[in-house]
Amino acid sequence: MSFEWPWQYNFPPFFTLQPNVDTRQKQLAAWCSLALSYCRHHKLYTLDVMEAQESPMFNNKKIERKLSMEAIQVVFEELRKKGNLEWLDKNKSRCLVMWRRPEEWGKLIYQWVSKTGMVNSVFTLYELSNGDETEEFHGLEDWMLLRSLQALQTEGKAELFTMDDGKGVKFF
Amino acid sequence: MDRFSWSNGLLEINETLVIQQRGVRLYDGDDKAKMDLGVALLSTHRLIWRDIKNHECCIAMPLSQIIYFEEQAAGIGKSAKIVIHLHQVPANKEPGPYQYSKTDMALFCCFSLQFYRRLTEEMTKKRWENTPVSQPIPTGTGSQAGKTRAVGIVGIERKIEEKRKETDKNISEAFEDLSKLMVKVRKLSFLSIDICAKEMVELSRSIANKIKDKQGDITEDETIRFKAYLLSMGIANPVTRETHGSGTHYHMQLAKQLGDMLQAPLEERGGMMALTEVYCLVNRARGMELLSPEDLVNACKMFESLKLPLRLRVFDSGVMVVQLQSHSEEEMIASALDNVSEKGSLTAEEFAKLLGLSVLLSKERLLLAEKMGHLCRDDSVEGLRFYPNLF
Repeated sequence: MSFEWPWQYNFPPFFTLQPNVDTRQKQLAAWCSLALSYCRHHKLYTLDVMEAQESPMFNNKKIERKLSMEAIQVVFEELRKKGNLEWLDKNKSRCLVMWRRPEEWGKLIYQWVSKTGMVNSVFTLYELSNGDETEEFHGLEDWMLLRSLQALQTEGKAELFTMDDGKGVKFF
Repeated sequence: MDRFSWSNGLLEINETLVIQQRGVRLYDGDDKAKMDLGVALLSTHRLIWRDIKNHECCIAMPLSQIIYFEEQAAGIGKSAKIVIHLHQVPANKEPGPYQYSKTDMALFCCFSLQFYRRLTEEMTKKRWENTPVSQPIPTGTGSQAGKTRAVGIVGIERKIEEKRKETDKNISEAFEDLSKLMVKVRKLSFLSIDICAKEMVELSRSIANKIKDKQGDITEDETIRFKAYLLSMGIANPVTRETHGSGTHYHMQLAKQLGDMLQAPLEERGGMMALTEVYCLVNRARGMELLSPEDLVNACKMFESLKLPLRLRVFDSGVMVVQLQSHSEEEMIASALDNVSEKGSLTAEEFAKLLGLSVLLSKERLLLAEKMGHLCRDDSVEGLRFYPNLF
């Protein structure tokens, strides 16, 4: 299934940061949703800003438009404010993209656990991310999985513990 | 007194001014002459007296006319005077204000001691004899020797000398005439501007008729030329600092005149003109009495307080325009949006061509529409394009 681009992607002004405040807000909202859905479609968890600029996400070769570095930073900052992005370095060249926030992931995992009747059982993190291939959290990166489980832990729905060869989790 | 002749008050070529004194009165013998208060000028060659009120009333008398002069001390009810005793009237004397004289005396009244001293000096030096002015000053001594025929080199030399004198004379006459000429030229130039304007009006009328005859079949070039003619007619009596003083009053009058003259060109251009364009137009119409940019801006700022139908508008970018008050912003934005929607997208240049506006102004319109959220921009290497705001 190929990624479905929003209509704005073929609208040249989309690639210019709009000076009008109202217009810009709408534009940024469109960019945020595009960036998140693109990452989700391609299962991207970390982004390099330079690479991202060259990727189809920010570079529409068909209409020969490319989002400028400044504009990308603005979009990413917007995402950070919404809690969907975290910078990995001070230079803001690499970032973590959370197209689902940890709480949302946690919720998904817990739903699966209760659906399959595995409450009160113990899992290794590897089992979770490489188990059921039909589930969305299949192939979830370790750091993301850890965060979502931590989110569940604060809700009191799971307990994390350290095992010999890594981390384990028990759902309640 | 009849020794005086009319003069233009200008000095001859070799003549230099020695001293001049104000408040001098002329007497013919004991009687006060018609010439009352004036300025007495003493040159190396002449005594000149000029009326203090009417500068064209000026009489002169060569110094060589003077036999001797004496000082008459002031008495009761009398001021100090110089009594000048004069030669007989020379035969070739030029006309003067007086046809006869009571005595062979003229009196200069209210003179200063210095004037008297300088006169004494000049009379002893007799410089008029050493350096004769080009125009021979008539002398009463009748020393003009008859022309002596000479032959040989001396004759040639004399001829050359005479020729030189002749040219000198011509030149000095020419200079005398120059000032009169200047006055005449000035009058003439006013006249010619008038005539010019009339000709222009006739010309424009004939062009207008031609346009009618051809029933609109005229090239763009002709239209432009026609416009140029109309513009060149200009403003008949431009408001200047000279006529309306300085400061606020001047600017107010200027603003009123601008209001009258800009109405038509503004309507023609869709209600808005860049200030630079206005500046060129106005100064072209004024012709000689050019406006400074500052005065123009100041005058334009008065539009509102004078309740004129024009407004000076400053865009966010700092561009200043003059626009008709009736010129509505909403309409302008709507038309910009319509045009852009119709074409899909527009650059300022394309929009300018479409409306026949200047690029600067069309860009301002687009920016305004963008500011209102009706348009959005695409800033790429190809330039700035505006699209309908689909966001």
